Amino acid sequence: MWTIHNLITHIDNLFSRSADAPGHYRILTRNIIITMLVVTITPLTVMGILNHFQYGRHLQNELITPLANTANKAKHSFELFFEERLSTVRFIANAYDYEELLDDKTLHRLLRILKTELGGFVDLAIINDDGDLVNYAGPYNLLGKNYASQRSFQEVLVKGSYISNVFMGHRKLPHIVVAVQRYTDEGTSWIVRATIDTDRFYKLLGTLGLSPQSDAFLVNSDNILQTNSTFYGKTLETCRLTIPSGMRSTFVTETTDPDNRQLLLACSGFTNADYVLVIAKPRSVVLRSWYALKSDALLVYTLSLLVIIFMVVKMTGTLVRRIKESDERRETALTELQHNQKLSSIGRLAAGVAHEINNPLAIINEKAGLMSDLVMVSDDFPHKERLSELTAAIIASVSRCKTITHRLLGFARKLDTLMESLDINEILKEVMGFLEREALYRQMDVSLNLDPTLAPILSDRGQLQQVFLNLLTNAFSAVDDGGTVLIASAPAPDGGLSVTVQDNGCGMTEDVAKRIFDPFFSTKKGNGTGLGLSITYGIIKKLGGAITLNTRQGEGTTFTVTLPKNPPADKTKGDPTP
Amino acid sequence: MNPRVLLIDDEKEFVTTLAERLEIREFSTATAEDGETGLALIRKGTFDVVILDLLMPGMNGLETLKHIRHLAPDLPVILLTGHGSTREGMDGMRLGAVDYLMKPLAIEDLLEKIKEALAS
Repeated sequence: MWTIHNLITHIDNLFSRSADAPGHYRILTRNIIITMLVVTITPLTVMGILNHFQYGRHLQNELITPLANTANKAKHSFELFFEERLSTVRFIANAYDYEELLDDKTLHRLLRILKTELGGFVDLAIINDDGDLVNYAGPYNLLGKNYASQRSFQEVLVKGSYISNVFMGHRKLPHIVVAVQRYTDEGTSWIVRATIDTDRFYKLLGTLGLSPQSDAFLVNSDNILQTNSTFYGKTLETCRLTIPSGMRSTFVTETTDPDNRQLLLACSGFTNADYVLVIAKPRSVVLRSWYALKSDALLVYTLSLLVIIFMVVKMTGTLVRRIKESDERRETALTELQHNQKLSSIGRLAAGVAHEINNPLAIINEKAGLMSDLVMVSDDFPHKERLSELTAAIIASVSRCKTITHRLLGFARKLDTLMESLDINEILKEVMGFLEREALYRQMDVSLNLDPTLAPILSDRGQLQQVFLNLLTNAFSAVDDGGTVLIASAPAPDGGLSVTVQDNGCGMTEDVAKRIFDPFFSTKKGNGTGLGLSITYGIIKKLGGAITLNTRQGEGTTFTVTLPKNPPADKTKGDPTP
Repeated sequence: MNPRVLLIDDEKEFVTTLAERLEIREFSTATAEDGETGLALIRKGTFDVVILDLLMPGMNGLETLKHIRHLAPDLPVILLTGHGSTREGMDGMRLGAVDYLMKPLAIEDLLEKIKEALAS
């Protein structure tokens, strides 16, 4: 919010403070850029992050949960397989008496039936309470062998049934043992023990349909492989991958294998045997689409970011430039309006005053004139000479006053314009003619750099003379003796022309330059009416032209007057009112 | 015989003083402080030249000029104007005045104009 607040403050300032506040537009630009970037990039980033996590969660459901499910299902298949075998052995133990099973034929028949109906059974053995193998049907001669010290015998005595880990049989093939304990009516126990090969394990693992990079195998709680693993060893070898054990439930974890492959590991412990089913899938395989999406999203994000930054900077630049331009236009228009209003109101006031003063001035003039006449026609009397001088002084002063009042009146009600086709160079030469004597006397370097190819313009000769006389008089008073004044004329692009009056005089400060066209503003301390340049300004405006100045204190001033080829339409007939 | 000059101006101080100055310069003068009086004097007597102020209360200078033109078409009229503007002067010239001068005036200029007017 702070940026929006800032923006508002700055926009406020833009319209309340003057446009020349230092760095003002720079700050505005910076703030707009920051604000726009924040309001565009924040939602984009938040969306991206949310999407990332959302998709991550989605992926859990879509990829990791199925993996756990697969492991769970496979485990169930194995458990079912074990349970089936166990049930079969349990059935034999329950369906037959101990004595019946001691019969060799019965046992062989049972083994035969098991082989044909269920498959995988290698042998059947009956073991008595002491651990002695009392009857045996199978390929080996194990009769009389004592199993009392074997783990399978002890386990079955404790649990009543037992499914062993894989072991290598005499034929060097992996087997498991399934054993069930029964009690005789006398209370002694006996055991039915069946050996089953592990071919079915691979069939069950094969049904998982894993990709070549993936692996599925069984391990026991000591991390000994119970089946062959594609990557982590052969049956009964220690698994090269450490499998988290002790968990009965199914879980999925991430790990790194000895070959530095990132793996997703689904582990599921068996309830009825010491087995853990492991499915190992490389992360890269599981999350391939996720990575692809992530890199695509990142690319889109980065590109969007670049486009946004580019556009924001570009647009803000344009925006602020427009604001600045419009500010400047407004400022200029306002200044011009104020100036014109000032001119007009002061002009009216001045005209009123001048008019009222003009009549008494005329009377003073005539009275003084009469006094002078009378003195002249009188015979000599004391102080005649002195009186004559005094009246002459009065008349001279009146004449000065007259100049001022006429100027004031002229300022308010400008002389009628008389439009004619004229050569500006000729006018400039004429005006210079008035000042040549002064230039010579003051040893000034006055040069005329006039473009002889200038086309004539339609304007007012008398008023232009007045304009250039004013400008040159000012230039002359600005320079010291021996100074330089340069007058140049040149064509303007719109068919009109421009005249520059340049001096190397004292120049003026910025404050003075701002007020130089104001009526009654003078720096000539008592010698000027302060009307010269404001009249000049008024005339040029009226003729449809413009006047600008370029000045630097101590280095000089350049006035540039531009005049149109034709005056504005409403001025050609003269201006009846001020 | 001295040239006879009629001065018409509402400013009494001005017109009498100017008349006196012209008297000194051997003109015979008459003064009027408004247009009507001036016209009455023209009807009664004969004048060689009229000096007429443009800005007067009542009948203003230009109207008076029109009447003068009517009464005495050949009587030269020199206009005086207090304005810095030349417009009224120009208007007066269009109506038949021989010339115009701006107040305050220099006596030499006036004498010059009178001389020109008399010569025409």
